[in-house]
Amino acid sequence: MTDDIDTSHGANRWRRFDDWDERPLRKDQFAVEDPENGFAAFNGAADPKPGLEITDGKVTSMDGVAASDFDMIDAFIATYHLDLDIAPEAMAIPSEQLARMLVDMNVPRTDLTRIARGLTPAKLAEAVAQLNAMELGFAYSKMRARQTPGNQAHVTNAKDDPLQLAADAAIAVALGFDEIETTMRVARNSWSNALACCVGSAVGRAGTLFQCSSEEAEELEIGMAGFTSYAETVSVYGTESAFIDGDDTPWSKAWLAAAYASRGIKMRCTSGAASELLMGFHESKSLLYLEARCLCLQQGMGSQGTQNGGIDGAPLASTIPGGVREILAENLVAVWLDLECASGNDARHSESDMRVGAKIVPYLIGGSDLICSGFGSILKYDNSFNPSSFNGEELEEFLVLQRDFEADGGLTAIEDATSLALRRRALDALAHVLMDLDLSEPTESMKKSVAVASGSNDTESFLPRDVAIISDKIHDNEITVLDVIKSLHRGGFYEEADNLLFLVKLRVSGDYLQTSAVVRNGKVISAINDPNDYRGPGTGYRLTEARRKELAAIRDVLNRKEVLRFEAASEEMESRRIEYNTMGPATAGSDPLEVVIGISPGFGTKIFRTLAGHPLSAVIKSLSDGIRRGGGTVRVVRLMHTADTSFLGLSAARLSGSGIGIGIQSKGTTVIHQKDRLPHNNLELFSNAPITTLTHYNTLGYNAATYAKGELPEPVVVPTNGEALGARFHARVALTYAIETSMTQSGASPEEVETVFLEGAQ
Amino acid sequence: MNKSELGKEDYPLAENRPDSVVGARNKTLDALTMDAVMNGDVTMEDLRITPRALKQQAQIARSVGRAELAENFERAAEMATIPQDRIMKLYELLRPGRAESKETLMKEANALKVEFNAPLLAAFVEEAAALYDRRGLFQIRF
Repeated sequence: MTDDIDTSHGANRWRRFDDWDERPLRKDQFAVEDPENGFAAFNGAADPKPGLEITDGKVTSMDGVAASDFDMIDAFIATYHLDLDIAPEAMAIPSEQLARMLVDMNVPRTDLTRIARGLTPAKLAEAVAQLNAMELGFAYSKMRARQTPGNQAHVTNAKDDPLQLAADAAIAVALGFDEIETTMRVARNSWSNALACCVGSAVGRAGTLFQCSSEEAEELEIGMAGFTSYAETVSVYGTESAFIDGDDTPWSKAWLAAAYASRGIKMRCTSGAASELLMGFHESKSLLYLEARCLCLQQGMGSQGTQNGGIDGAPLASTIPGGVREILAENLVAVWLDLECASGNDARHSESDMRVGAKIVPYLIGGSDLICSGFGSILKYDNSFNPSSFNGEELEEFLVLQRDFEADGGLTAIEDATSLALRRRALDALAHVLMDLDLSEPTESMKKSVAVASGSNDTESFLPRDVAIISDKIHDNEITVLDVIKSLHRGGFYEEADNLLFLVKLRVSGDYLQTSAVVRNGKVISAINDPNDYRGPGTGYRLTEARRKELAAIRDVLNRKEVLRFEAASEEMESRRIEYNTMGPATAGSDPLEVVIGISPGFGTKIFRTLAGHPLSAVIKSLSDGIRRGGGTVRVVRLMHTADTSFLGLSAARLSGSGIGIGIQSKGTTVIHQKDRLPHNNLELFSNAPITTLTHYNTLGYNAATYAKGELPEPVVVPTNGEALGARFHARVALTYAIETSMTQSGASPEEVETVFLEGAQ
Repeated sequence: MNKSELGKEDYPLAENRPDSVVGARNKTLDALTMDAVMNGDVTMEDLRITPRALKQQAQIARSVGRAELAENFERAAEMATIPQDRIMKLYELLRPGRAESKETLMKEANALKVEFNAPLLAAFVEEAAALYDRRGLFQIRF
């Protein structure tokens, strides 16, 4: 027996999979959960059960490891993190109960941070693992240390060009970033990067903290020269092997923590999910458990805060099921341990904008000490760390998300008009300092190219080799921030000199060394004088009306005045193309081939163009031409009692001798109606005015005439490419339509209109 | 409780207790003016945090339940007067495989006590020495 059914489809799979293959998402790799090999977000193959034994005031066993077997991390945590006065009481609380306390608005944050000082890493991990993503986000918002949220920017470029660094730093300050961080393409350029960003960040406002991420010893040296005010490069790891591979120990890192404080420099540690996995030393433990160890270490060494939440490991963590939830969980452990949290959202974890947008939401709506650590304020290719979740390209998206959720992400829109002047100010200030301190001689054309450049591909400025020479000179000549302040002052950059002096004076008191400290309006705010006291609705951080308005104030916002102004400009053009002569009350027609076009109240009197931009004169002409082409005759009436397309069409149909009418709103929405149909049961409808062409209107006219003859035409289908027309046009639609509806008068009779096409008609 | 201990109501010190904020050369914040900078009366030394300021911040941190942060500030207070190269030399020795033996670190710990009157730092280094010994960290790595 032969099977003669043709089974071929001309393709070997449903082609939707081809479409999906083309999406940016499919560039992301996803890994199977494999706890033995370290690919587990929450349940590692070798994760210990929580436990703590204390004998004679000494820890004898922690999380299943006897004190005699402690590795360096266990030993450090047992000695410095655990408060043995609190531990017995804290460890006795069931993890489920701890989890509930974290989301219970009636349990004060300070009760929980006290308890955390007596919890082991495994216990902390077990407790937060009970929470789903929503609860993690809520608990994070409740537990974060400082009340007012903030944000941090990356300011770098692909050439290490100091001019661009200064201009971009000034922009980052204007956007409201509390901290800016730079790093170099070429390590020896560090001093130049530091000086350039330092000058740029003094433009416009005082108090933006600045760091230059470089080799440990050099970073401290740059800090001692006064150029930088904070550091976050003190990385810690959750396994001893990873720690040693990273060329440090908990004691060497704790030594650095004290060293930064001893120089009056704000410091936070860094750790993030999957760094141990990336380094090959995961010990079959979960991301969360290893992070809990990292965070207990940091709390124990007396770091005021942490840069935590995946960080460079975020892309790897995100390949694992639950990886993004784990990142939220580790951030929660950080703030539960009373640490300032610069909550990651830096290294871009996905090629999919949707995954990136979704990941930011809990941090944006719940707030964070520094939501991103950092946010790429420059273009992706200029980011010398790596592209961030949000970059120069997506900055306005972030501003709009703030506006959408009325959530303070720490940023404020900058004005198109003032940005160039701000950049120019930073460029002039830095160029003066470079010349005045005999470091280099930037030319006017270099400054000009940088001022307008979106990124370093567009600049004709310093190249990395030029920068190395500048950088070496700064170092060799032992230039300090005081030299820069004096130079700025000599050059007449008084405000910038004052701003820099303000910043370096902060280190004398050390106020900004306390947990979660940033500078707002010339004052240090931290977890001490601005503590997060969330206790339910109406408490915690709330937008002031002024701040709410700031978040709303993005550029190019439409209003009624704007729509009318736009229409007024079109009115003059239309007056040269068409006249609408009112001929008195419209009556029912008798011509069996007649098609009546019913125009809306504002058509050609208040509104002059469709949403697609067609002049209304051209639309009337196209419809009329089409009707005549189809063998019909045209009559135009203005309907004053309605602005609704369906009723415009039906009213026109009832006046028409053929019983066929066309209703059209001034925004271009058009319907063919028939006198015996129900209002919303029309013959044909163009609902997508923004993509309707004059040819479509012509064909619609033709079809109306065809219906008038009692025949059935091929309906006109306006093809769409899936544009989000609502997003593009609805604000204008609503404003335009409101203008039309305000003109309607109930019971008003239709008027006969004679349309006269003038010389200017298209 | 010691009445002179500072607490959260004293914070920020620069605003609420400006009289208590004095630089390494005894200049108050008021004295650090632009005129003074331009006259050359201000040096980087005047902009350095002092052991006293770090101890004050430690008191404030402890008063709000942050004992570990306070202890870090107290170690920093001892470090504030130690020269930079010495701090970095010790940092280097604390990294894995840098010190040849426990004795190297113990000698440094002793120097911290004798030369710099830094008992907290000394104890910290001694503790590391004992642990590095147990975990086999005195193997030269390169």
